[in-house]
Formats: sequence, structure tokens, C-alpha cells
Amino acid sequence: MAHPTVAVLERHLFLYRRLWRASVFSSFVLPVLFLVSIGMGVGGHVGRIGGVDYLAWIVPGVMASTAFQMAIGESTYSVLGDFKWVRGYHAMRATPVEIRDMLAGWLLYILLRVEIAAVVFLGVTGLFGALRSPWAVVTPLVAALVAVAAAAPVTAFAASIEHDSYFALLFRFVMIPSTLFAGVFFPVEQLPAAVRPLAYVSPLWHGVELSRAATLGGAPPWPAAVHVACLVVFAVVGLVWARAAFRTRLQD
Amino acid sequence: MRAEGARAGSGPGGVKPFAELSQASVTVAGVSEQPLIYARGLVKRFGDFTAVDGIDLDVAAGEAFGFLGPNGAGKSSTMRMISCVSMPTSGELRILGMDPVRDGSRIRGRLGVCPQLDNLDPDLSVRENLTTYARYFGLSRAEARRRTEELLDFAQLREKASGAVEPLSGGMKRRLTIARALVNDPDLVLLDEPTTGLDPQARHLLWERLFRLKQRGTTLVLTTHYMDEAEQLCDRLVVMDGGRIVAQGSPRSLIETYSTPEVVELRFPDEADYAGKLEGIGRVDPLPDRILLYAEDGDAAVAEVHRRGLAPSSVLVRRSSLEDVFLQLTGRTLVD
Repeated sequence: MAHPTVAVLERHLFLYRRLWRASVFSSFVLPVLFLVSIGMGVGGHVGRIGGVDYLAWIVPGVMASTAFQMAIGESTYSVLGDFKWVRGYHAMRATPVEIRDMLAGWLLYILLRVEIAAVVFLGVTGLFGALRSPWAVVTPLVAALVAVAAAAPVTAFAASIEHDSYFALLFRFVMIPSTLFAGVFFPVEQLPAAVRPLAYVSPLWHGVELSRAATLGGAPPWPAAVHVACLVVFAVVGLVWARAAFRTRLQD
Repeated sequence: MRAEGARAGSGPGGVKPFAELSQASVTVAGVSEQPLIYARGLVKRFGDFTAVDGIDLDVAAGEAFGFLGPNGAGKSSTMRMISCVSMPTSGELRILGMDPVRDGSRIRGRLGVCPQLDNLDPDLSVRENLTTYARYFGLSRAEARRRTEELLDFAQLREKASGAVEPLSGGMKRRLTIARALVNDPDLVLLDEPTTGLDPQARHLLWERLFRLKQRGTTLVLTTHYMDEAEQLCDRLVVMDGGRIVAQGSPRSLIETYSTPEVVELRFPDEADYAGKLEGIGRVDPLPDRILLYAEDGDAAVAEVHRRGLAPSSVLVRRSSLEDVFLQLTGRTLVD
């Protein structure tokens, strides 16, 4: 007996098998281009930061932000489309698959995608010599946490809206600012104190700091448990919201 | 097919193992007389709008049961409650002897649903659509593949099996959706307007497939606003209008009760009041474009029309249909 959650995951993987070519560039190639361009190009001017060269400093940030952006990107059109155009969730709804299976299967799919990208990225950055601590092996787990913390609320958002034009707002006013002010490219302490809370409310910042502490072997700015807790809160709130949104959308 | 072996010769009231699901019902030697669908005073409201306004239903195993009515009559809302995706506002509903509120998932596991709007995966192949859907019901991969191959033949889609769904014709997509609904070998198949939007040829092919299911003893419940479809496929049907059941019975008995054996359709070249001049020949129903004359004997009625010196521009004598029943019951035609 296949668990319904596994059946949902399988369906997304079947679809991915058809469409994977389109995602290779953004998942695997783009992060490396970022490293080469910003890490080595900009890094050549920046010099050292926090005692390490700039490339090693931004590696954990790029990794976390790749997970963050993949999770958000995946959770927009695909989710709305499965309600509005393909109606894949309506198809599932007529079977023993429950809403919790739809959500679990979907998030497992995103995790799988993010984990593969994270592990590949970790290997590449290892070759660049950018990993300075054995703790680096936990960064894929941090990426997983960031992915769920971002995917769950965005999935809920996508399930709540009627028109895809809202995604442009999400990208412009949430995803891009979170990426710019989350300590990926420069320490958050560089920001004026008034702006810093923007970083603190971004799940990405917590992920970036945890990853950086892992690859460089230092302590994160807040206790690690607090960073993890912040990410868990995003994930849990997102899941509760997503369940309610799916229920509303599929009930009548 | 497994279904064929188990169900051969099991017509209405035939032998079907329902013992395992009918804890609440009386079972005799593994056979339950409990209806597959049981509803009393079923109501569905959306805000102020009452879509289904207190209906009673009993559908037995092996029956082909139809909901007939115009758009907005409450057919689809009723179907969605039966398929356990929409909860009743009030009233009692039992599907396969179970409560949709408590046992929704278990019930859905034994239903086959063909929705009004196609929800196939356009980016997957025909075969993948069937296997992925089979997995939702907990079938093993091997079992899902086996069922898929059987259903490709049933749906006459074998040559298209490896191709994508998107380029298929409307009729093929509909056959695939119906095949998909059979993937779990369901006890009850629900079809919401199965042939709406299809051309006549595709519709006839689909009827033939559904008729085969019916002969196999599969319990079918369908909604339609096509009279000919209801007459072709349904043993028994209810006519719905404004959320209520306005009549029920077999197509034949409905025609006998609410119409006459024959109907004469008369068209006149001008707008004069011919309805009055036809009085006494039979029941007269003036429509905007024609006048219907209900008669025991159509030819005799036509002879009488001519005897009265009336000269219709066209005369058509036909058998009475469910369309006439609907017109008689509601005063409106079914056509949009």
C-alpha cells in the first residue's frame, strides 16, 4: 500500500521528469555563476571579511538564498495552477488523498529538489576551497529548514489568491528585499540599526547565519536554537495557513 | 478484468460483498440490501443561496441512476456531496453505508469520479495520468500498471498511451477521465455531465462505453441536461429543478405519467393565435417558435388539425421524450 503522501510526491516527480531541463540552470548553474561573479569578481575588491576571503564568506549565503528562492519560485505558479488551470488538487480531492497528504507530498517534493541542489552546491564550493569547518555538512539541513519556512507560507498564499499577478508583488516586495537584506552579500551590521529588523523577520537571514556559522566554524549572532526556532515558526504558521487555504479552496 | 469476473450477472440487487462496510446495516449471508446512496432531507446552501433544497434519494447497487435538469438545478451540488468533497448543510446522507463527514476518505477510496471539468495532468502522458491516479488509491506500482493497461483498452486509447494528454480531442480526454475514474475498481461511478461539450460521434462512443459498464453491473450515477442521454443510460432518474426533485421514475414511466405517447410539433407561417384553434385535440403547449400538441395518436391529431382547416408550415410527429416531461413539469425547456 502506497501512502497517499507518497503518491502525491510521485505525481510531482513524474511532472518534474518532464520539465526538469528548465530548472537545471536556476538550480545548479546560476548559484555557481553567482559565486564566480560576485565571490571572485566583487570579492577581489572587497578583500577579507570576518577573517575569511569574500568568496568563502558568501558561499553559505548563496546556498541558503538558492534554497529560499527555489522554494518560493516552486510554490507560486505550480500551486495556483493546480487549483485553477490543471485542477490537480481537485483530482486528488476525489480520492482518499487528504489535504495533509497534498501538503506533505508537495513539501517533500520541494525538499527533494532543494536538497539535491544544496548537496551539489556544497560539493562545488568544497572544490573552490570555501568550506572551513566540518560543520559544513549540516548546511543542507539548514537549506531544508529555509525551504520549508519559505515554501509553506508561499504555498498558502498561492492557494489563497485568484490571479497570478499577485506573484509579481510577492517577488518584488518580499523575495527580492529578503534576499538583499538578509546578510547574503554583506553583514547585516552594515545596515543602519533602523533597517536591521527587516533582516530579523526574514527567514532567509536566520538560514544564512546558521549556514555561515556551519561553513566557517563560528557562532551565529543569535543562539543557534533561536535561529532554528524562528525558521520553525515560519514553517508551522505557513503550514497552518496552507491547510486552511486548501480547505477553503477545495471544500465547496 | 477483475470487475467482470466478480460482477458478471449481478444486476440490480445482485450479489455484491458489502458485508465489510455495513456495520450498521443488517447483512444476510454477506449480502446487504442497503442502498449505495441514501439521502433524506439533503440540503446544500451557499450563503443565502440554496442549491439543494431537501431531497431524498435511494440508489441501489447495479442501478444506473440519473439526475436530469437544467443548469443551476442543483445536480452538480448533489453530486459533489455524494462524492464526499462537499459537506451537506443539513439532512442525512449515507454513501456505501458510511457517513461522508466521518469516513470521507474511506468512501472516496471506493468511488470513481468523473468531474464536469476535466482535471487531467496535461503535461503527463495518457499512461502516466492513469498510473499516478491509481497510486492515490494506494494501489501498488505493479497493480497500477496492470489496471492502466486494462483501462487503455477500455477507453480505446492504446495508440495514444505514450503521448501527452494536451493534444487529445475532447472525446478522448473524456474517455481518459472516465477510465481514470475506474482505476480503483469502484463500487459506485459518478459522472457529472459526461458528454457535455462533445460532438455527436464522440458522445455515442462514450454512451457505448458507459453502457458496457452498466451491463457489467457497475452502479452508475450521472447528471445530464440531455434528455436522450438520460433515456439511453438511466434505469431510473430524478428530474431536478430549483434544488428540488420534481419527479422521479424510469424514463418510460415518467413519459407515461407526464406526457402522452406521441407529440406533434407544429410550426405556423404567421404569429396568429393557433393555440386556441387547436383546443380539444390534445394538450397544447405554445412555445416561442412552435406549438406542441400532446396526443395518444399523432397521425390522428394531425388529421384533425387539417380537418379544422389549419395549414401549418411544418408538421413533425415524434415519440414523446423526457424533454416533454421536463416541459410539462416546469413549464420551461431544458435547452439553455
